[in-house]
Parts: sequence; C-alpha cells; structure tokens
Amino acid sequence: MLGRSAWGIYWMARYLERAENTARLLDAGFRMALTRGNTVASEEWRSVLVTLGLDAAFADQGGEYTGPAITNWILRGTGNYGSVLSMMEAARTNARMVRTAITREVWEATNESWMLLKDMLARPVKESDLGQVLDVIRRQATAVRGAMEGTMLRNDIYNFARIGTHLERADNTARILDVKYHVLLPSVAWVGSRLDNAQWEMVLRSVAGERAFRWLNAGALDPKGIAEFVILDGRFPRSLAYCYAKLTSSMKWLCHDYAQETAAFLMQRAATEKLAQTTIADVFEFGLHEFLGEFLANNRLLGDAIAADYRFTE
Amino acid sequence: MTSTTHPSFDEMIDAEGNVRPAYAGYREWYDAQSPKWLEKQGKAAESVFRRTGITFNVYGQDAGQERLIPFDMIPRIITAEEWKKLSRGIEQRVRALNAFLHDLYHKREIIKAGKVPERLFAQNDAFLKEMVGFTPPGGVYTHIVGIDLVRTGPDDFMVLEDNARTPSGVSYMLENRETMMAMFPDLFTKVQVQPVSDYPRALARSLAACAPPAAKGNGRAVLAVLTPGIYNSAYYEHAFLADQMGAELVEAGDLRVVDGRVCMRTTRGWKAIDVLYRRVDDDFLDPLTFNPDSMLGIAGIMDVYRAGGITIANAPGTGIADDKAIYSFMPEIVEFYTGERPILKNVPTWRCSEKDSLAYVLDHLAELVVKEVHGSGGYGMLIGPTSSKAEIAAFEKKLRANPDNYIAQPTLSLSTVPIFTKAGLAPRHVDLRPFVLVSPEGINITPGGLTRVALKKGSLVVNSSQGGGTKDSWVLAE
Repeated sequence: MLGRSAWGIYWMARYLERAENTARLLDAGFRMALTRGNTVASEEWRSVLVTLGLDAAFADQGGEYTGPAITNWILRGTGNYGSVLSMMEAARTNARMVRTAITREVWEATNESWMLLKDMLARPVKESDLGQVLDVIRRQATAVRGAMEGTMLRNDIYNFARIGTHLERADNTARILDVKYHVLLPSVAWVGSRLDNAQWEMVLRSVAGERAFRWLNAGALDPKGIAEFVILDGRFPRSLAYCYAKLTSSMKWLCHDYAQETAAFLMQRAATEKLAQTTIADVFEFGLHEFLGEFLANNRLLGDAIAADYRFTE
Repeated sequence: MTSTTHPSFDEMIDAEGNVRPAYAGYREWYDAQSPKWLEKQGKAAESVFRRTGITFNVYGQDAGQERLIPFDMIPRIITAEEWKKLSRGIEQRVRALNAFLHDLYHKREIIKAGKVPERLFAQNDAFLKEMVGFTPPGGVYTHIVGIDLVRTGPDDFMVLEDNARTPSGVSYMLENRETMMAMFPDLFTKVQVQPVSDYPRALARSLAACAPPAAKGNGRAVLAVLTPGIYNSAYYEHAFLADQMGAELVEAGDLRVVDGRVCMRTTRGWKAIDVLYRRVDDDFLDPLTFNPDSMLGIAGIMDVYRAGGITIANAPGTGIADDKAIYSFMPEIVEFYTGERPILKNVPTWRCSEKDSLAYVLDHLAELVVKEVHGSGGYGMLIGPTSSKAEIAAFEKKLRANPDNYIAQPTLSLSTVPIFTKAGLAPRHVDLRPFVLVSPEGINITPGGLTRVALKKGSLVVNSSQGGGTKDSWVLAE
C-alpha cells in the first residue's frame, strides 16, 4: 500500500478516536456541572480545556468560562482546529483520501457521521440538547469501528488503522488521568486522604470505566486503585496496558507480514515490557505526573517512528 | 436548424403521441407505478448518492464544496439496432483518431496530402514536440475515449465532440445503473438491458495489454490511477475506478523516478508502476519537460516513458486530436485513414479562422453556437438564440479580436427524453457520451454511456457544471 494511504488511514483512526474521547470528556464535565455549584463547575470546564490542550486557544478568543460557551467552542468553535467538528471533518477528509483502501461500509459510516454532525453542529448546541449530541458522537464512532471490524480485510491497512486508534487512545487516557490527578491530588501526601467521590467518578466516567471499576471493586474508590485500573489493568479497553498490548499485536503483525523488524516495533516492545513490570507502587514512587509525562512523550516518539518506518511521508 | 423553428425529436413519444418501440416495455412498467412511490424512490436515491459520496467539486464560487449531480430516474433507451450502427461509427472514428495521432507524430502524410493544414499544429499547445518520432507501447495513443453524440432525428446521430485526453463521467454511467437496479429491480426483469458493469474489468485488461517493454515477464502489470487529489472535481471518479480495478490511487507526491522506473512510495519501499492511468493534464505530468514552474508532476517521467519504462494513458499529446479546430476536419481524417465514408456525421462547423466563414458567422451570430477552440465544459461559448443583444455584441468583440480562437455551429435541435417531475413526464434535451477502450487486443465500447440532460426547460446546456443532470443509459438486449 502507499505510504500516504497508511498515513491517511492512521490519522483517520486517530481523529475518530480523539473525537469520541472528547465527547466522553465533555459528558463527564457536563454531569459534574449539573451536580456541583458554579465555582466547581467552572473549574471543571477549565480542566477539560487543559486536558484537551485547548486552554490557551480558548483564552485567546476571549470566551467566558461557562459550560455552554466552553462546550460549544470545543464542539464547533470557529477557528478551533481541535473541535469535534474539525476532527470529524479531518477524519472524513482522510477517509476520502484513502477511499480505495477502506471498504464502502467504512467510508459510508464515516461520511454519514460527518454529515450528521455537520448538521447537528450547524447552530450552537443548547444545554438541553448536549447529551443527545454527545451520544450521537459516541454512537457514530462506534458505527465506524463496527464497520471496520466487520468488513475490512485483516491486512496492513487494517493494522495501520488499529495502530492509530490505540496510540491515540493511550494518549487521551494518559492526559485525562494526568490533568485530573493534578486537580485532585496537588501533592503526593494527599494520596490516601478522604476523597471527593464525584470527582473520582469523573475520572472514570471520562474513560468510560465507572461501571467496570465499581463492579471490580465493589464500589470502593481510592486513588491508587483507580490509577492502577486506568494504567495497568489489561482487561480495561481504555487502559494504557490494554492499548499497548493491542499496539504490540498490530505492530508484530506488520513486522511479520513485511518480514522486517522495525525500529518502532523495538521501541514499542520495550515500552510494553516496561509497563508490564511496573506496579502501581512504582508509579507513585516515581511520581504519577512524571510517569504520565514520560509515557506521553514516549508515545509521541513512537508515532514518529511508525511514520518514518512505514514511509508515511517523504 | 435552430430550436426555435423546429420541434425537437423526442425519443420516447412520436409526433402522433405514440410511444416509440424502444420505450414500449419501459412505459408499460412506468404506467403501472404510482407517481408518489416513484417520487419517494427518487428521494431515496439522492440520499444514497450523498452517503456514498458520489459528488463532484465545483470550481469558482463555492470552491471545495461538493455537489451532487442530479440524477433523473427515467432511463434513456437505445435499441440494439441503433446501437450496432452507432458502435460501428464510433469504432471507425476511434481507429481514425489513433492513426491520425500516429501519423501526426511521425510521417505526417495527411499534411503532405493537403487534407489538414500544417498551421493547425505549428501554433497549437496541445501538439507536443516531445512525442515526435516516439510510438507509445502497443501503438495506442487514446486508451480511453469519450465520444459526445447528439441526436436530431430518428437516424441522425452526430458527433459533437471527441474527448481524447481524459474523458470523465464513466463512474456515473456505472453508479446510475447500480442505483436504477437497486431502486427498481423488477423493471430489469421486465426489460432486458445490456450490462455496463464490465467496464472496470475491461479497463484494467485494456490498460494491462499496453504494458511497456520494461514490464515484460513480470507477471501481472502494476496499474495506478494518477489523481490531482481530493479537491479535483472528478476525484470521486478517480477513487472509484482505482478501487474497481484494484489499482493504487496515487498523487504526484507519491511518485518518483527510481532506477529508470516510475515508482510509488509504498509502506514497503519504492514499487515500479507499469501503466499509469493519469487523470491530470499534460502540463502537470513532468515539470522537467512541460512546466518548470509547476510543483506538480513527476520529474523525469517523460524520459522514463520514452525509454519504455512506463505506459502513460492516455499518451501525452493526444489533446491535439480533440482540439475543436481539428474537429472540423474529422470527416476528412476518417476517410484518409480508414478509406471509408464516415459512418457518424460531424456537426456542420464554420472555422472562424477562414475569412468567408468568419463573415458568415458574424452575420448569423444570433442563430449560431460559437465555441472557443480550446475551451471545454460549456464555458466561454455563445448560444446565439438564447443570448441578449448585449451579450452577442460583447461576444462579437472577442470574436473579431481573435477569430482563430473560435468555431461556430448551428444551434442544434437536440433530441429530448422525458425527465420525472412532480407534474409528470416532461421532455428535456440530452446528449450521450459512450466510453471506448483501445488496446492492441481491440476496441471495446461499453453498451450505453453517460446521458447528460439539461434539467431546465428548453435549455441546451447539459454540462454538470452548469445545471445539467444525468440519466441511466440503456441499450436494449437483442
């Protein structure tokens, strides 16, 4: 396949994943705002912006730190290239570019998602409609994933898409955890202190893990347990461990098929092994923020190495 | 021959109001359907087109916007008899076009014989001196041709234009049929229609049969479709054809000359291409040869081409054959190379470069269609009968300033085929573009083609960029 097609399908998957995770983050923030006072809510929205890396851009355009202003800007803000609408458009543009590499069903699901959202986000979203809009974003992302799963040949094209998905998801999960932990635990000394349950639920909700965690832990919430779940629990599909296990299998597949072990694969394998040997006690000893910072930087380098190894660009 | 003085030939209904034989089976079916249900099906078809992204980009005002080409559900029907005659004429014409191109770039016997004037090539940008003395692999110049036909009477099909560069629209031919079969499956059991779905396979085979010397013995030829990119008006078609042929869809940025071959950058490294079906103009092919200022194109591809390392389809320099100034010589060209009388007529054409013709054209502007020699897409032309006095006066100025740049034709009374409207069937003017494949194995003409229809009542402009739509085009089974 063309390097440019691999690049396109990889980014298509990344944008879809990011759009979906953004919707989850907004949903969690929205719930928080509904159940808390105004001060807490505005802090909450601020942290959503920080997580998405959009705080400076939002401040620049001078919007108010209110729920409707922030959610609308994140969903459809003019000039916001990180908005959900921009991401869906980017996903669709990439899909169009690699039209011959994806099945008709994957293309139609992607194109339909974009048409639907373009329509829904043509006007500012009212608070009363927000839940529904976020629901559509999540469901459309699921529809595209389902079309990929159900119709695509298990070849290099499919594996580049999977790599995009899991690389992006690992990035997003690590960011969410990093920002929330800052807000919740300004100092390591706070670990083990009485927790604000709603805030912790927010972390889990942002990664769609609140039910699973409760089910596994009989309802108990503790910061170490949550961090362990989100970072190291290989059963949880948005955990770092899970994403890296999937990355390993996709990259191994490519190495096998191309009969060539790449630099990116070796890098990825080392990272996965390190993750497997890490305990949550190690993470806190090293410092959670430091751990996640290192992980995010490494994740970026991994993306660059994949792009170079497989000739995404000249 | 102006539309105002003669009633148009309607392909479905004759002068007495009877349904013509070609449409008998269809009309029987149509009359049994409820108009409400048909309308609903029409809307459903539109949403399918949107979802599948069968769109084209419009240049100008809404640059980058994707639009749908309106699809009309009433088929355009041609009988097997009519088609046989047409395809004989098309084949004859396409053979002549290829022979003409070969001659033009080699011995130039047609010029020596005094059948076409040399000046037409001397000052023509479409004539490429880089092609002189070179024979493309398989001797084929125009691998893919679209012949635009118009009809003015029961037996009067005329060629309006030859498209020998990069004819587009074939994806609509295929998708329109798919859509019709999905909407009205029972209709196709009632009326037997010759299939068009073989086209992509035939195209792949035809291109592979023209593989260059460098590809010999390497097994299956490696095909690629070269597109200017996703913002090109025909991008959907480029992707569609590549997909259907199982070929890579490449952009110039994916290509580079490596070890004397044109290669594409794949995830596994550089891979040589045998046949490049390019959907870009000559100018954007090779910056080293044609357009040094261009960032587009593949540096050195022309050298590889001349050394037998790649086949470019259509061959560079074929544009000279579909130039409108050459068009007027087509009857002579056909006769010169085939030794036969042309089966398909040309539309009578005045060359404004000739003094007497220019005088006539200037006297009759209000009833003629005047076209730019190098123009396309229905732009830069004057349709006398539907233009205002001021428009005609403005055009006359341009014409007088540069007469060589124009040809003129009578305003043809194009045949009509009904379209579906809420108020029932309504006749609209149509043309037809059959698609022709040329390879050393022979000439393949898909039965049918693209029917373009002017959706506005009375309008003669069928171009999709100017409000035209399309119809499924049927050739009935024998």
